[in-house]
Amino acid sequence: MKSEEEAKQIIQQVNGYEHITGAEALLRCLIAEGVDTIFGYPGGAIMPVYDKLLDFNDKLRHILTRHEQGAAHAAQAYAMVSGKPGICFATSGPGATNLITGIANAYLDSVPMVFITAQVVSGLIGTDAFQETDILGVSMPVTKWNCQVKKAQDISNTIAKAFYIATNGRPGPVLIDITKDAQIEKCSFKYKKCSYMRSYNPHIPLNKRALDSAAIMINHAEKPLILAGHGVLISGAEKELRKFVEKTGIPVAVTLLGLSSFPSGHRLYTGFLGMHGNYGPNLLTNEADLIIAIGMRFDDRVTGNITKYAKQARIIHIEIDEAEINKNVIVDLEIHNDAKEALEYLIPLVEQKSYESWVREFRICDKTEYEKVIKTETKPDKGDIRMGEVVRMVSEMTNGDAVIVTDVGQNQMTAARYFKFTEPKSFVTSGGMGTMGFGLPASVGAKIGRPDKQVVVFIGDGGFQMTIQELGTILHYKIPVKIVILNNGYLGMVRQWQEMFFKKRYASTELVNPDFVTIAKGFSIPGKKVSDRKELNSSLEKMLAAKGPYLLDIKIEKEGNVLPMIEPGASVSEITLNYKI
Amino acid sequence: MGKQEYTLSIFSENHIGILNQITIILTRRQINIESITASESAVKGVHLLTLVVKTTPDMVRKVSKQIEKLVDVLKVFVHTTDEIIYQEIALYKVTTNGLMSGNVIDHVVRTHHARIIEVSPEYIVLEKTGHKTEISELLNHLEPYGVLQFSRSGRVAITRQVRELNSYLKEMDEANRFNTDENEE
Repeated sequence: MKSEEEAKQIIQQVNGYEHITGAEALLRCLIAEGVDTIFGYPGGAIMPVYDKLLDFNDKLRHILTRHEQGAAHAAQAYAMVSGKPGICFATSGPGATNLITGIANAYLDSVPMVFITAQVVSGLIGTDAFQETDILGVSMPVTKWNCQVKKAQDISNTIAKAFYIATNGRPGPVLIDITKDAQIEKCSFKYKKCSYMRSYNPHIPLNKRALDSAAIMINHAEKPLILAGHGVLISGAEKELRKFVEKTGIPVAVTLLGLSSFPSGHRLYTGFLGMHGNYGPNLLTNEADLIIAIGMRFDDRVTGNITKYAKQARIIHIEIDEAEINKNVIVDLEIHNDAKEALEYLIPLVEQKSYESWVREFRICDKTEYEKVIKTETKPDKGDIRMGEVVRMVSEMTNGDAVIVTDVGQNQMTAARYFKFTEPKSFVTSGGMGTMGFGLPASVGAKIGRPDKQVVVFIGDGGFQMTIQELGTILHYKIPVKIVILNNGYLGMVRQWQEMFFKKRYASTELVNPDFVTIAKGFSIPGKKVSDRKELNSSLEKMLAAKGPYLLDIKIEKEGNVLPMIEPGASVSEITLNYKI
Repeated sequence: MGKQEYTLSIFSENHIGILNQITIILTRRQINIESITASESAVKGVHLLTLVVKTTPDMVRKVSKQIEKLVDVLKVFVHTTDEIIYQEIALYKVTTNGLMSGNVIDHVVRTHHARIIEVSPEYIVLEKTGHKTEISELLNHLEPYGVLQFSRSGRVAITRQVRELNSYLKEMDEANRFNTDENEE
C-alpha cells in the first residue's frame, strides 16, 4: 500500500501531457490509480494499447494468459489476495465475450475489478463489423457499471469513475469499452481521481439508532451466533470482528467466502456454514435466539430450505448493500452500513460476556462430526487416499500460512472444510458462481498478488482440464504455484449427487483422463503421481519445498462423498452426517 | 400476497443504457411493464422514468432496491395508485363521415372532454387525457364510427408526498462530499 503522499506525487507526475494518444492516456490513468499488474490477451482492436504497453513495461507488468477467461480469473484472485483492484485487458468481439464468465464470477463474489475491452472503430459500431460485439449489452447484467468511450479526451474521466465505482461500496467489476480510434486519437491529459458521483453514494452515514438497538439485543441474548461473510474481509474488519467476538464471547461461523476472516483455530470459531459446512453452526443456527449476520447475503447454499431457516431467532443484518437486506431472509433489525464502521461503533456498547454452555453445544457437535466424518476423512487407516487427509496435511505442513486456491466441487468443499486458516484473505475460491476452471488461473493471480506466500491450488481432474492451458502462463512467467490435483476420475460433486439423488446413474461424469504429469512435463513443470498413502507425506513435502511450480496428481478414492450435507430442500438443522443408500 | 398495480418513479442520470439496466432487473423476476414514460424531471439533468408494473408488495420492494442500486440511478419511489396523481394521454383518429353523423362530436367534447386536434375531409383526430378507464370508455364510444388509429401514452405521475427529490439528493451529497475538497489539486 502506498501512502497518500506518494499517491499524490504519482498523480502529479502523470499529469499535464499534451498530444498523447488515447492508449497512452489509458496507461497513465492506470499508473495514477496505483496499478502495476495487468492480466490480458491482445487482439486487433486493442493493438494500440498493447503497443504503448511496451513503453511502460517498467511501471506496468503485463501477464499474458493463454485465454481471456484465464486473465479474468487470475486478475480476480490477484484482487482478492492483494486488496487492490484486478485489471484485465481484452480485445473486441471474442476477446471480450471470453471474459464474461470471469466478470460474472467477480460480480457474484463482489470483487473490485476494472475490465478494459477494445471496440472496433466507432464508425463501424453497429454494422456487424469484424470482431464487433455489443459488449456493453452482453456484460450489462454482470457488471456493476459499464461504459463505452469513443473519444480519447473522455478516457481519463471514465477510468477515474471506473475505479471509484469498482472499489467503493460493495465492490464489483466494471467494464470500459474503448474504440480503436479513441486509442489512436491524440488528447491532452490530466488525471483527477474520482471521489464523488451524484448518483452513487457508497458512504452511508452510520445508523446509530439501529446500532444502539443492536447492542441491546446482543446484550440480552442467551444463544447468540455471529455469521461472518465476505463483507468482513472486504471492509477490512477482521480485527474489529475479533475484538467484538472476544468481548461478547459470541461464537462465530463463517460463510465460504468469509473463510479466513476469523482464525480457524480460535476458541470461539465454530466452522463454516452451508450445504457442506460444519455440523455445529448449521444445526445450531436453528437453536440460536439471536443471529448477527455481518457482510453476508443469506445465499441459498447457506440457508438451505429458507422456510425453515432460523425461524426461532431474531436476526440483525449488517450489510452495505441495501438490496441484500430482506432479500432472502426477512430480518428483525437492518443495519445498512459498512461492517468495519458498524463493528467499531458496537464494540464499546456491548457487554463483556461468555456463553459457556452455548459454546459447549458447538463443541459437542464438533465431537460428533469428528467421530462420524472428520476422523475417517483426515486420518483413514485403509483404502485409497482421501481428499480431506491431503488438505489437512498441507494445512499442517504450512501451519496454515499459505494462500489456498480451489477449483469448484468436492476439492473446493474439502479445502474449505479441512484447511485451518490463520490469515485474512488467504482463501481464493469461486463462491456464488461456482465456476469450474477457476482454480488454475486463479492460482496464477494469487501468486502474483502475494509472491511472499506459498500458494497451493486444490483442483479436481475435471476443472483442471477446463483451463489447463494456463499451465502455459505458469511456464512463461515461471510462477511457483503448487498444483494439487485431487484425481478421482469423476466429476466428483455431480457424481455424488447422482449417487444420492439419481439412483447412482452416472450420466457423463466419469472421465477418461490424460497423464497429467506428462502434460506438466511438456510445460517444464515437474510433477509426480501419488497413489500410495505411504508416499503422500513425502510427496507433499517435496512439492512445498520446490522452488518453482510443481504438480502432484493424487489418486483419490473414486467414489468418496463430501459430508456432512444439507440435502436440497432440507433445513440447516436436518444436516446429515452419514449418508447411506 | 396478491398482485397490485405500482407506479415506480425512477430518477436517474440521463445515460445511455439506463433503461436496459432497469428492464434487465424486471425481466429476471418475470415482471411485465404495463406502461413506461421517460422525461426530464424538475431537477436539472435528472431524468425521470415512470413505470407501471403489476406485482406483489414483496417483489416490488426487492426490485426497487435493486434498481436503486444501479450506479446511475439516483432514487426510486414506489407508489400505489392512490398515492399519486396521474394522467395518460390518448389520440384517436376517427373517420370524418362517422363522426359527422348525429351529435357525436357534441357528446365527445362535452361528456368525455376530448379535444379536436385536426380535421380533414377523411378523418378527425381527437385527444383525451385521463385515467386508463376513461380513455378506454371513449375508445369504446368511438368504435362504431370507425376508429382508424388509436394510441395511448404511458403514465405520467406526480406524487403526493411532501419530501421532494432535492432533499434526498442533498442528504446523499452531504454523506459523500466529505472528502472531495481534499482531492482538488
